[in-house]
Amino acid sequence: MLGGFFKKTKYITMPRKTQVKSISHLNFLGVQEEVQPSIPDGMWQKCKKCGQILYTKDVEEQDQVCPDCGYHFRLSASQRIQQLMDPDTFEPWDEDLVLQNPLQDNKYLEKMKQLQEQTGLGDALISGKGSLGGYAIVLGVMDSGFLMGSMGTVVGEKLTRAIERATQQKLPVVLFTASGGARMQEGIFSLMQMAKTSAALAKHQEAGLLSIIVLTDPTTGGVTASFAMLGDIILAEPEALIGFAGPRVIRQTIGQQLPEGFQTSEFLLQHGFIDQIVTRKEMKEVITKILALHEGVKV
Amino acid sequence: MSLGEFQKQIQEMEKKIKEIHLFSQQQGVDLSEELKRMEEKLQNLRKQAYYNLTPWEKITIARKMERPTALDYIQYIFTDFMELHGDRYFGDDPAIIGGIAWLEKIPVTVIGQQKGRNTKENIYQNFGMPHPEGYRKALRLMKQAEKFRRPIICFIDTPGAFCGIGAEERGQGEAIARNLLEMSMLKTPIVSLVIGEGGSGGALALGVADQIWMLEHSVYSILSPEGYASILWKDSNRAEEAAEKMKLTAQDLKSFGIIDGILAEPLGGAHEEPKEMAQTIKKTLLEIIPKMKNNSMEELLRKRYEKFRKM
Repeated sequence: MLGGFFKKTKYITMPRKTQVKSISHLNFLGVQEEVQPSIPDGMWQKCKKCGQILYTKDVEEQDQVCPDCGYHFRLSASQRIQQLMDPDTFEPWDEDLVLQNPLQDNKYLEKMKQLQEQTGLGDALISGKGSLGGYAIVLGVMDSGFLMGSMGTVVGEKLTRAIERATQQKLPVVLFTASGGARMQEGIFSLMQMAKTSAALAKHQEAGLLSIIVLTDPTTGGVTASFAMLGDIILAEPEALIGFAGPRVIRQTIGQQLPEGFQTSEFLLQHGFIDQIVTRKEMKEVITKILALHEGVKV
Repeated sequence: MSLGEFQKQIQEMEKKIKEIHLFSQQQGVDLSEELKRMEEKLQNLRKQAYYNLTPWEKITIARKMERPTALDYIQYIFTDFMELHGDRYFGDDPAIIGGIAWLEKIPVTVIGQQKGRNTKENIYQNFGMPHPEGYRKALRLMKQAEKFRRPIICFIDTPGAFCGIGAEERGQGEAIARNLLEMSMLKTPIVSLVIGEGGSGGALALGVADQIWMLEHSVYSILSPEGYASILWKDSNRAEEAAEKMKLTAQDLKSFGIIDGILAEPLGGAHEEPKEMAQTIKKTLLEIIPKMKNNSMEELLRKRYEKFRKM
């Protein structure tokens, strides 16, 4: 508890592009215009919430959570899987599922190729089977770093296959959402993935099996309006943006400012749409507890 | 040729016919053969004009204020329609109407997104953009239909689910999602008809059906072309261009196998002859609903699952 009182302010020195008289503290970063101290790439990062400059290694050690204010940075799908699953148990599925380009959009095709090279991902979701806290589960994790985690035919198909296999193998599904919604570039086909994934989840639930959804930043649009809101248990990371319409769209539609904290995890908890907010640190423990309570299969 | 150019030609032709008609009356000359030929040509021109509409022209027709709404069709197709209100949780959403009625001798549940027929109605009906309570009312009526084994007929006509503070507070996403899940398992036949605009998840929430049909000039898409252009190109003014790219016409969706069929509209669009349009819809419903009722429930549900599974 007392730790906070004795916290040392961190100072670093770095070369500046231009001479400025009195910048002694890094909190001035971004306040001074035209003065851009050059930071070695990737060593330091700024917290989106408290603005504190953080040593990247510290953030990594905290599972990508700000050591100062507890803000949860976005995770890639593989980071998430590494944090969550028991070591060497995760077996990915359908990695080679090929992109359908139903609207023959060449620009989109190029962008996808580029993204695939950059991220090493095939699309915005990793699915598979593995063990979490000793329990066998089917896992799906979306990656907001891949075209904002949008759901097109590949994401929809991978997810549906994963849920169907979970139904066949009588396993629980755990789905981590991070998505801007249905993928515009695949038009009506993306919209239909909402129906497809929801129908697959309906069958899974009908079979008396457990589904846990974890909403992470951001979860909006067609993903919110389909499987994301359909878990038996719905958890969320703190302060994640969760909603149907994006805040910009709502602001434009109604022509007024949105209340503070609108469309956050806390807002959804207050309005009765999620079961609990769980920090990243506690996530594995909480999910394990839920799996145990549902008498999950020990691996 | 665009619709505008066609219309110009049509107007010219109409003018010419009138002139010749007047001339023949005044001069007492029999030009009926000539006139007949011209009338035929005019009719062909009209057909061509509406056969070759661009996606944007179709959107314009689909959004016309005069375009018949769900209630118009209900009035012409069914008898003894009784509207049922409210979601039993929060309120009654005028953007979605629903109730029970007779389709000839079949009791059915009818649900539809309701656009206004004038500005005043449109404000009341929120331009056919439902709130969560609208979707929950729809689901309540669908569950009721399931209980009494009544087929369900959904009229889809919405720019999209409403985006606002109240809609988010009451769980717009959850309401739509719940409908998708429940409709996929509902133990009664469901027919969905896109009669105007089918916009995004807000349309799909009434669209998880055994049979999906669209009127000839209706559209169905992931988002409005304005929204699509705004998201992908940061410029909502490029909606017309977006409409071309999005493949949202009934003809496109039929070619993709997303919908089961297209209902031909009267020349010029459904608003020209609403009763005729209603008769076409009624005839189709009377053809497909008895067939669906012949399926065992297991078969029906399996087919419904497979239908969306393939997409």
